[in-house]
Amino acid sequence: MSDGAIVAEQLVKIYPTGKGQPPLRAVDGISFEVQRGEVFGFLGPNGAGKTSTIRMLTGLSRPTSGRATVLGYDLAREITAIKKHVGVVPESSNLYNELTALENLVFAMQLYGVPRVERKARAMELLTRFRLEDKRDVLFASLSRGMKRALTVAAALAHRPALLFLDEPTTGLDVMSARSLRRMIAQLRDEGVTIFLTTHYLEEAERLCDRVAIILRGRIVALDTLDGLKRCASGCAVVEVTFLDADRCTQTRRFEAEDVAIAVRQALEQVDGAQLVAINTLRPTLEDVFVRLTGLGAEVMLAEKGGGGGGGNAGG
Amino acid sequence: MLADDLRCMGYIALKDLKAYYLKPPNISWGILLPFAFVLAFAIRNPGDWHELLPGLLALSLLFGTSSMEATVIVFERMTGALERLLLAPVRLPALLFGKLLGGAMFGLTVTTAVLVVGLAVFGGGDVQWLWLVLTLLVSALAFAALGSFVSVAVKQIFEAQTLANFIRFPMMFLSGVFVSVAAMPPALQALARLLPLTYTVEALHGSLYGGTIERIALDLVVLAAYAAVLFALAVHTLARRLA
Repeated sequence: MSDGAIVAEQLVKIYPTGKGQPPLRAVDGISFEVQRGEVFGFLGPNGAGKTSTIRMLTGLSRPTSGRATVLGYDLAREITAIKKHVGVVPESSNLYNELTALENLVFAMQLYGVPRVERKARAMELLTRFRLEDKRDVLFASLSRGMKRALTVAAALAHRPALLFLDEPTTGLDVMSARSLRRMIAQLRDEGVTIFLTTHYLEEAERLCDRVAIILRGRIVALDTLDGLKRCASGCAVVEVTFLDADRCTQTRRFEAEDVAIAVRQALEQVDGAQLVAINTLRPTLEDVFVRLTGLGAEVMLAEKGGGGGGGNAGG
Repeated sequence: MLADDLRCMGYIALKDLKAYYLKPPNISWGILLPFAFVLAFAIRNPGDWHELLPGLLALSLLFGTSSMEATVIVFERMTGALERLLLAPVRLPALLFGKLLGGAMFGLTVTTAVLVVGLAVFGGGDVQWLWLVLTLLVSALAFAALGSFVSVAVKQIFEAQTLANFIRFPMMFLSGVFVSVAAMPPALQALARLLPLTYTVEALHGSLYGGTIERIALDLVVLAAYAAVLFALAVHTLARRLA
């Protein structure tokens, strides 16, 4: 296996189901590699196998078959070593309600063996970074949802992991909190932390990820850089023309052809005589790619997570 | 790896004490309930108060260790907080032993308070301190292991409380806490021999009132076996649930 941050080969996860029901093949022989220092997006609808994959790679469940290395450690034999070097932000913020923000961070550091002399300073550094310094003595239960999410990410970073798993990090957050968290993810990437990100928000993935895998029914159906995915999905050039019609009303039309020059020529022929307002070439978005590969629209993805707190506006 | 396990075990126990155990309702439950039971029996049947001290200590230990222990793991599973521990660099048996230690430490703290009051009120006999301490330690581990097993065997908190009481309350009346096992019918005596609390009461009686070391040691071996088997069952059950 190569020296990637994660190298997965034919990972399979099968869950037993009720009597008379066939077992559930949640992950169906996926292979992929996450390079060190990149933000790797793992996209797919509910039940596609995203969380099952994270659970296997972080030691929360055992693969039914297949093999993987994480940060060079073998998943089957060296899970404790893996756990020492990865941080995990699960889908729900699951710190201890009964402990304060500071106590939760210190406990996380105790578990990971951060030396005693460093703990307090590191905890304060994280609280400051996540703008929670004035909440240090507030119980986790009393924090707002956005603050809980931020503190959960802070706890995952307490031991300075080289690889961070983020499972739907902005789900349920308001727009401002989601934006702030995305900025934080971008900063972590700049600091060299490898990030494995699952998200329902295509715009979020487009903004943050270096490469994206799309998983559907337990199988990876596409894996490439954003540009690579878009190239594969487009197959044709799209030109959008805006013009004023005979009644001086603004009209917009799209023209598709095998290359841009032909599309532009077609567009100009069609609107001949009208007053041209604008002509733009369009690049496909990740959403276009996703729709083409899965048959599901972004609105379906958002609806699955109860609408997009932060997802609908991935700015920042 | 062992160093990681030991470190995590200690911090998990301390975290549990801080987050769950050392709260006024728990402390009062651990101390008041045994006193209330013993007082009720003593008033109903005034006799040798000395005979009640081992039972009082045993009840304190049983309820102090197992009450919260039986619900802590199921509670953390429901909130997702247990996942944080499972993601940490600690092996499952060490994680569970940390949980168990939290319960045992709390039970021992409460029982020490009861012991001090009990000795002041009832007076001490020929106390064999080493054996008394060993009895409290081994019993605390056995009862905490019982609590752990209950906690991993169910899915809801109310189920844990029901199962824990289903086990503890009959044990309370059959283990020689209020009525000597020797005074029970043979069938109940045989049943009493299956219950760990019986061995705790017996060993406490021996270490408080000059029993033979061989007898106390035998009781402790049985209690240690209970602790080991219940702990192994708890680890096995939790591992299966998480698979």
